[in-house]
Amino acid sequence: MWMLEIPPFLPFFIGALIAAVTRGTVRNIIMVAVPIVGAIHLWMVPEGVHLQLAFLDYQLTPYRADKLSLMFGYVFHIAAFIAIIYSLHVRDTMQQVAAMLYAGSGLGAVFAGDLLTLFVFWELLALTSVFLIWARRTRSSYVAGMRYLIIQVLSGVILLAGALFYAAENGSLEFGFIGLDSMAGWLIFIAFGIKCAFPMAHNWLTDAYPEATVTGTVFLSAFTTKVAVYALARGYPGTELLVYIGAAMTCFPIFFAVIENDLRRVLAYSLINQVGFMVVGVGIGTALAINGAVSHAFNDVIFKGLLFMTMGAVLHMTGRINGSDLGGLYKTMPKTTVLCIVGAASISAFPLFSGFVSKSMVMSAALEEGFDWIWLALLFASAGVFHHAGIKIPYFAFFAHDSGIRTSDPPNNMLLAMLIAAVLCIAIGVYPAALYSLLPYDTGYNPYDATHVLAQTQLLFFSALAFVWLNLRGLYPPELRSTNLDFDWTYRRLLPGALQKTFSIIWKADRALRLAFLVKLDLSLDFLSRRHEGISGLLSRTYPAGSMVMWVAVILAAYLFLSFIH
Amino acid sequence: MGNEKKYFFDNPKNVKRVLRALYVSCVFLFLLDFAIHRHVIHSWETLWGFYPLYGFVGCVVLVLVAKWMRTFLMRSEDYYTNEGKADFDEKLSVDKKHSPKIGGHDVDA
Repeated sequence: MWMLEIPPFLPFFIGALIAAVTRGTVRNIIMVAVPIVGAIHLWMVPEGVHLQLAFLDYQLTPYRADKLSLMFGYVFHIAAFIAIIYSLHVRDTMQQVAAMLYAGSGLGAVFAGDLLTLFVFWELLALTSVFLIWARRTRSSYVAGMRYLIIQVLSGVILLAGALFYAAENGSLEFGFIGLDSMAGWLIFIAFGIKCAFPMAHNWLTDAYPEATVTGTVFLSAFTTKVAVYALARGYPGTELLVYIGAAMTCFPIFFAVIENDLRRVLAYSLINQVGFMVVGVGIGTALAINGAVSHAFNDVIFKGLLFMTMGAVLHMTGRINGSDLGGLYKTMPKTTVLCIVGAASISAFPLFSGFVSKSMVMSAALEEGFDWIWLALLFASAGVFHHAGIKIPYFAFFAHDSGIRTSDPPNNMLLAMLIAAVLCIAIGVYPAALYSLLPYDTGYNPYDATHVLAQTQLLFFSALAFVWLNLRGLYPPELRSTNLDFDWTYRRLLPGALQKTFSIIWKADRALRLAFLVKLDLSLDFLSRRHEGISGLLSRTYPAGSMVMWVAVILAAYLFLSFIH
Repeated sequence: MGNEKKYFFDNPKNVKRVLRALYVSCVFLFLLDFAIHRHVIHSWETLWGFYPLYGFVGCVVLVLVAKWMRTFLMRSEDYYTNEGKADFDEKLSVDKKHSPKIGGHDVDA
């Protein structure tokens, strides 16, 4: 089968080329066709190594398929398909081309069988996606995109360094289990961690995603972090450190999400929180936990995409995205409201919605492996997700106080994209067996037993009760126009400030030193000149006639002497 | 906007109905704890009302802590854009002030 050798990223790259030179309906048809054809092709691809070539002394494997990579391959096709439909109305060639290349790079990365190929697609992910941020064409999106690019490229450079160390240690570039027992392992771990938005390396996400275009953010939310989760699941399953990092990721962003005003930034924080659940799953490393991590990544791509799409629709129709400016939109955007609630229910893991069937696997695995405190943290984070993403997002956008904005539901292509995502969220939630059959391991897990369903429903309803109670008591923090400091303050304020101070001190010292030196030089010149200035002195400007006669006599004497010895 | 169509939540009665439905479901779910036998893994799960209480208290703590975080994390909306500019202008004026003193040596400007 010649088709086998076509790596999944290729149709997207070719599609991008065609999209660059076509316009209008032709381009739209091609862009929609690419993920469909790609998905059908991928569905027929069996597991195994499908492409291999030799490079210098190393064996490169640009295309390897197994259950883990296929799972991400499928969901990336679904995400690309939905996001492309969502952006069909966009008339910006740069965005369309960048989006296709970006989706292709994501696919390239998850099917990369060696670290060098992974590095290439890792950097391509950064380079192609930044155009989706710059396409907003505002000053703030430009600078946020710059910061994003610097951090992403840095992650790539660290990955390359790690890969070179790894090749030197193992004599092979094959991308399999890596582990943390070597220098190479740590470098690659850090590179993955930056892209995965580990705590303190997370601000590129909350900084840049809300600055991207309405449609760009939908693409962005799907690929970069999920590629990182895939890479961790491949290279570091069962690494206990990941359990603690992941737990921190689930917990700290929800505090920021509660006080954040920009609703797309709220979603960016909740994206980190969801990735945290996946990282915990990878860290626990049992079959159930890995299944949980992978299936949660699968579901998150769809429901987080749906939520970003609904908020994008709000931004597209009203031009506003701050909670303080919105409210009461259910009156004129009823369809978007319902779709947003479906996304909110899915991310909150309500039974019968997709989040429930995947998140519960990670939680169960944490309990089974004796991570009691981690389990409590995850439970807290689950309640918190419901609070900020499940209630806050729909409440402040569509309900709350009436902002007086009267608009309408977004264009049909946007509605259709959201509808597809919403249907998938419910379908996976109602019939999880379809999703489970694609998972890397067969664990016979059943999410719908009375214990799980009751526990989760109780947790969520009483979280909702807490929201109502806080609101009625006037304790709920109002949405305020503000910037909240996060770790990015260190490199946007502290570091530049410190550098500025240091340099100004250095410059001042330098200036003082120069001045002091000049003064000293002047003084010593003065001193020297004064000392030798007197008549007949070394530096004297006037010489008496007597000394000239003396010197003439000396020269004549010398001549006389020389003529004698000649 | 006076004669605008009345929407669902414009009627306070409907808001009350939704809230009442929530209260009733909460009580019902709490009571289910006594009726349904759980397969528990962790001992805390056997406590009556563990999940409802954890959800409620967790969320209240979350919101109150987040509110408290505002006291030291919140800045004006244009914190990063404006202050940077101010600093920059200040730096320029500082340089202007100092430049005549060093007699036109612009090496460190």
